Amino acid sequence: MTSDILQFLAALLASSVEMVEALTIVLAVGVTRSWRPALLGVGAGLIALAIVVVAFGPSLVNYVPIDALRVTIGTLLLIFGLQWLRKAVLRSSSLKAKHNEAQIYEDEVRMLRREGKDPDSFDWTGFTVAFKGVFLEGLEVAFIVLTFGTNEGRFDIPIYGATVGLILVVGTGLVVHKPLSRVPENTIKYAVGLLLSAFGTFWAGEGVGVEWTLQDPTIVALVGVYAAVSAALVWYLKPQAGLAPAFEEPTA
Amino acid sequence: MRYVKGFGLFWWDFIVGDSIVLAGGVLTLLGVGYVLAMNDVGLVEFVVPAGVIVTLVLSLPRRR
Repeated sequence: MTSDILQFLAALLASSVEMVEALTIVLAVGVTRSWRPALLGVGAGLIALAIVVVAFGPSLVNYVPIDALRVTIGTLLLIFGLQWLRKAVLRSSSLKAKHNEAQIYEDEVRMLRREGKDPDSFDWTGFTVAFKGVFLEGLEVAFIVLTFGTNEGRFDIPIYGATVGLILVVGTGLVVHKPLSRVPENTIKYAVGLLLSAFGTFWAGEGVGVEWTLQDPTIVALVGVYAAVSAALVWYLKPQAGLAPAFEEPTA
Repeated sequence: MRYVKGFGLFWWDFIVGDSIVLAGGVLTLLGVGYVLAMNDVGLVEFVVPAGVIVTLVLSLPRRR
């Protein structure tokens, strides 16, 4: 009985860590870009995950090249996160004009109309980021459940643990997404840049063979280090703002 | 053909975006990280984040 409870808690905690990582990415995409591509990305990620899990079953652990996936997804997230972080540093140091969403929306709609494109066209970038986050983290949850289940010879307890974890994490997401949407957009984008860069560094690093001593808490340490460095960069660059006009770049 | 071009442009924009320094820097850094990790260099877990920071700094405009 005690061993069952411990196995349940271990599966719950381990899978919750992975689900929180996926939730962070989905919330980031939903709050900063739009909820439609974020939620469609979640749906597509879950479908792809279900297909992989059903197709391979318990032998999944032997077939899916998890390190190759970590490198691919981690590299893309790191590049994407750094692009946002770079823009956030430039905006915070006033070297780049701050986001004015209403103005940007008007400009984008005008530009798309001029080019003959539909201004309501689908946001593939938001979709792709949400899809990758859910797919990779979902695979890791599947690995956790399969590893616990295979070791103990029964899958029900780790599945219960992961399911309770899923309910808790999704519940948390439903509660926090509203307050998050009230935070100024430039601040959110700064935070998202930090988070994606940290996740990307962690996953891509794991994929190329880096063994993080702190394991998952490394992500928190990376966020702290990147936040400190970017704040120092803003402080260093700010004096330039008076010398040069704020320049515009394509928006993210 | 239009869709192939659109698909290629999406990935180019997604990966390269506004700064080719970031994409090039990250790919180079991960290559270096792989070599260091394969040779059991203990400091690789500090080299990779440090390289990320250097890449970010290099992508920013110089002080005039």
